[in-house]
Amino acid sequence: MKEKNDYEHSKRYGMVIDLDKCTGCGSCMIGCYTENNVPFKADETNKLDSINWIQVYKLTNGKPYPETEISYLPMPCMQCDGEGKLGHSPCVSVCPAVATDYDYSTGIVSQIYTRCFGCRYCMAACPYHARKFNWWDPVWPADMEKYLSPDVSPRMRGVVEKCSFCFHRYQLARNKAYYENRQTEELGEDEYQTACAEACPTGAITFGDLNNKSHAVYQLKNSPNAFRLLERLETNPKVYYLSSKKWVRRQGDNYLANEEPGLIKKIDKQHH
Amino acid sequence: MKIDRRNFLTYTTAAVLGGAAGSMLTPAPWKLMDDVSIWTQNWPWTPVPEAGPVTHKQSACTLCPGGCGINVRFVGTRPVKIEGLKDHPVNKGSLCPMGLSGLQYVYGPDRVGSPLKREGKRGEGKWKKITWNEALTAVTDKLASLRKSENPQSLACITGSSRGTLPSLIGRFLTVYGSPNLLRPATVQDANEQALFLTQGKQGTLGFDIENADFILSFGSGILDGWGSPGRMFRLFGTRKSEQRIIQIEPRLSNTAAKASRWIGINPGTEGALALGLAHVIIKESLYNKNFIEKFTFGFNDWTDDAGITHTGFATLVEAYSPEKVSQITGIPKPLIESLAREFAASPRPLAINGRGQGTLPGSIDESLAMQSLNALTGNINQIGGIYIVPEQTYAKWPDLGMDATASKGMQQPRIDGAGSDQFPNTRSLLNRLPGLINSVKGDSPVQALLVVDANPMYTLPDTAATRKAFDKIPFIVSFSSYMDETAAYADYILPDHANLERYQDIPTPAGMAHQTITLATPVIEPLYDTKHTGDALIHIAKSLGGFVEEAFPWDDYETFLADTLQDHWSDLKEKGVIEISPDSKDSAVLSFNTASAKYEFCPAAATRQGSKDSNAPSAYTPAAIEGDEKRFSLLLVPYDSIRLSGEQIANSPFMTKTVEATVLKKQMTLVEINPKTAKTLALKEGSKAVLTTPKGKASVIVHLYEGIMPGLIALPRGLGHTAYSEFLAGKGTNTNDLIGSVEDPASGFDMAWGIRAQLSKA
Repeated sequence: MKEKNDYEHSKRYGMVIDLDKCTGCGSCMIGCYTENNVPFKADETNKLDSINWIQVYKLTNGKPYPETEISYLPMPCMQCDGEGKLGHSPCVSVCPAVATDYDYSTGIVSQIYTRCFGCRYCMAACPYHARKFNWWDPVWPADMEKYLSPDVSPRMRGVVEKCSFCFHRYQLARNKAYYENRQTEELGEDEYQTACAEACPTGAITFGDLNNKSHAVYQLKNSPNAFRLLERLETNPKVYYLSSKKWVRRQGDNYLANEEPGLIKKIDKQHH
Repeated sequence: MKIDRRNFLTYTTAAVLGGAAGSMLTPAPWKLMDDVSIWTQNWPWTPVPEAGPVTHKQSACTLCPGGCGINVRFVGTRPVKIEGLKDHPVNKGSLCPMGLSGLQYVYGPDRVGSPLKREGKRGEGKWKKITWNEALTAVTDKLASLRKSENPQSLACITGSSRGTLPSLIGRFLTVYGSPNLLRPATVQDANEQALFLTQGKQGTLGFDIENADFILSFGSGILDGWGSPGRMFRLFGTRKSEQRIIQIEPRLSNTAAKASRWIGINPGTEGALALGLAHVIIKESLYNKNFIEKFTFGFNDWTDDAGITHTGFATLVEAYSPEKVSQITGIPKPLIESLAREFAASPRPLAINGRGQGTLPGSIDESLAMQSLNALTGNINQIGGIYIVPEQTYAKWPDLGMDATASKGMQQPRIDGAGSDQFPNTRSLLNRLPGLINSVKGDSPVQALLVVDANPMYTLPDTAATRKAFDKIPFIVSFSSYMDETAAYADYILPDHANLERYQDIPTPAGMAHQTITLATPVIEPLYDTKHTGDALIHIAKSLGGFVEEAFPWDDYETFLADTLQDHWSDLKEKGVIEISPDSKDSAVLSFNTASAKYEFCPAAATRQGSKDSNAPSAYTPAAIEGDEKRFSLLLVPYDSIRLSGEQIANSPFMTKTVEATVLKKQMTLVEINPKTAKTLALKEGSKAVLTTPKGKASVIVHLYEGIMPGLIALPRGLGHTAYSEFLAGKGTNTNDLIGSVEDPASGFDMAWGIRAQLSKA
């Protein structure tokens, strides 16, 4: 039975990444690897088979020396709300095994490895390349299995995995709240944070409930410098980016020469 | 029944169809399919990490000298994650990729699990496991025999740094043993220390109050690429005030340049000239801090000594560095030089910082002096938002050393590397000179035994081939490394130290910090393997050597030594993990200088100016004599630093290598960055395979076109090209040190080779 979408009252966890503060150091990736038992291989230079739940991309304005500028763009799973914000995210809509699902109480798109049989429809459907396939069984050499975290199950060959917004941390925070006789609604902003947000050494990643006015992300997402990736597709990602540079915001979507970034946001507002 | 072809087909078809239909009525296929699907959902080889109660233990990261506080998350007795420690004064919760992946160093495949003795040829990788007793006896016997032959000075020790109590313990050991040859790599901190000593007459390291500066002029310092303490620098960038401006000057658009308020491209190696050019404009337009210059400095104007000889003052010196001339040298347009000088001088708290990339190259003293003169012109000495002297860590006094005749004689021998000699009186160590000096000696090597502690010179020293040749001449090499690095792989014995998280280590003020801190890394886990703290190993060897050497070490073990040495601080450190010592803010201390003139001296004393004809000439700009013939090698190779790679003694973790972009490493090959314009003249395209040649060597590389690099340059990342370690690092890419040699600064002996001439041709 499908849960009802009580969009106004449920939590909608999301992220705002300030690209002006992102230095491209890669700490978010490593914070994520260590939190989520992400495996590694001897050769990780083929990025198509390299498993990353968050990946830092490098953008350039393409101008010649010395006018060149670069900006880094970390990309976790966009946790799409889908068209009309009804939870029809592209991957959930195509999964034949209900291995990926939209959680109406948090807005988080799950991935259940033991249900996944590796058809990879979700990877084809995802416009953000956020999903990665386990072509091989993971191997932790020497004594490395000893440092694995019990909070996230290691995956196996033949399944798809992706960023979960560290959902296990939400579960732990929720359990703690229950134990302390508090309601889940009362979860504080700092009680549930993703590993990448915590690992970011410059504080470029802000995480919280986009529906909660007291959370930092609520204000940040309304900044004039805020944008989302491929907004035209109406996938309604819950990951927002901030950049003071127009050329960076332009790369958030496939704009025509005569279009201005931010145009889609305006159209979006008129629609809804 | 006659079976003909028709019948046969009919009956067979009927049998097959009937059989198929029949089998559908039995549960067998359904059961089988169910079993198969259940079977495919079993992954006995996939680990199921054991659960347990979650706890946290605080310690410090020891993977680089950055000294960041860490918080280790435990599940039961297992550490599962390292995170930044929020209330640590250095990093305030921020950590770099290396620190975050710290557990991979402990549990990874690069660890040396027990003492090893070499079996095959050097570097062949054939080892015999031996006991600690055998290992320590072997080393003790060798050291005893060198003393017996009255040759104690032929023992040398290479450490990663001279800071902290372990290097002090090693220093004490060598002294009482009779060898002055304690060597370590020099960094920009050493060059800045000398500049400080020359201008202010004080011993200490140079601290930068980046927290409070409002205009940061960075001469190629990778403040977001691993310069100083990375945790601190990232935190400062993330929390900086919006009015703080960062101007990054370097020929390549690094991550720091990308994040700076402004990036200014400059011809490589000419940063010193720019500093003098900026000083020229500031003085000419009278924008300097007149109060400070008049009252607290010496040598700004021309001066006459007691003998009646007139000397050039700083103001006269920089007259030669007009914006026009500096523009020609640096390639920076004249108006930009002028406006930069004005902005710098007009800012309330401007700060010039130096050290290219991560600051691992010391550079010349002239360069340091030129850059520090900018801070002096604005009077930003020991001021908020300026530079500070961070005093050297003082330790409790140890019992006096008794020395026998052998030790005294050995200690009177000059150092092998020439540091502290008449030629380089203020320099403490010149590891970069060691391979060349050993190779130039005919016959026996002056180093007969070498101990390597927390260092990997076979990888980190420039000119790898020369280093290997020199090491071949050393008959006895002992590595105390925790990991199978290049030097350990080339050693005769490995006496493995505990890894990070397993051992005590005190960390003095990290590079660049403006005030003094002492951090203690406390072991949070039991040693995983049969390893021993190097301090304990050395105390054991000292005790076995007997005589005065034994007497010099009354401590039972390293922990007792550490507690004794840190005395007053020990209990505090054990409890809190870190101590902050506030700078002396009294006016008298702030502007007191220990120079001959008791002032800040723009034109330091003669002793350092060996290379110059006028022995009293002030600092000037002398370009480094970069190796290579311009006709044969039309391009310049410059190494660059990245926070995702480590070019230092502790190499990349598998996770760090995993984050390396496909534009930096592709399978086993490094990508070099060149400007598309340069590529065009060489008929190279994106992804072309090419051969990179320098006077030092050759490497196969892939071409990556990058608009963000000055035409005519080739950029190569530091931290790749390892030959040792496991498959997660070995054989990936090119080591910059294979291709670049060392160029000596005539005043200090420091390495000032920011690059080398090179050629790139289609493979």
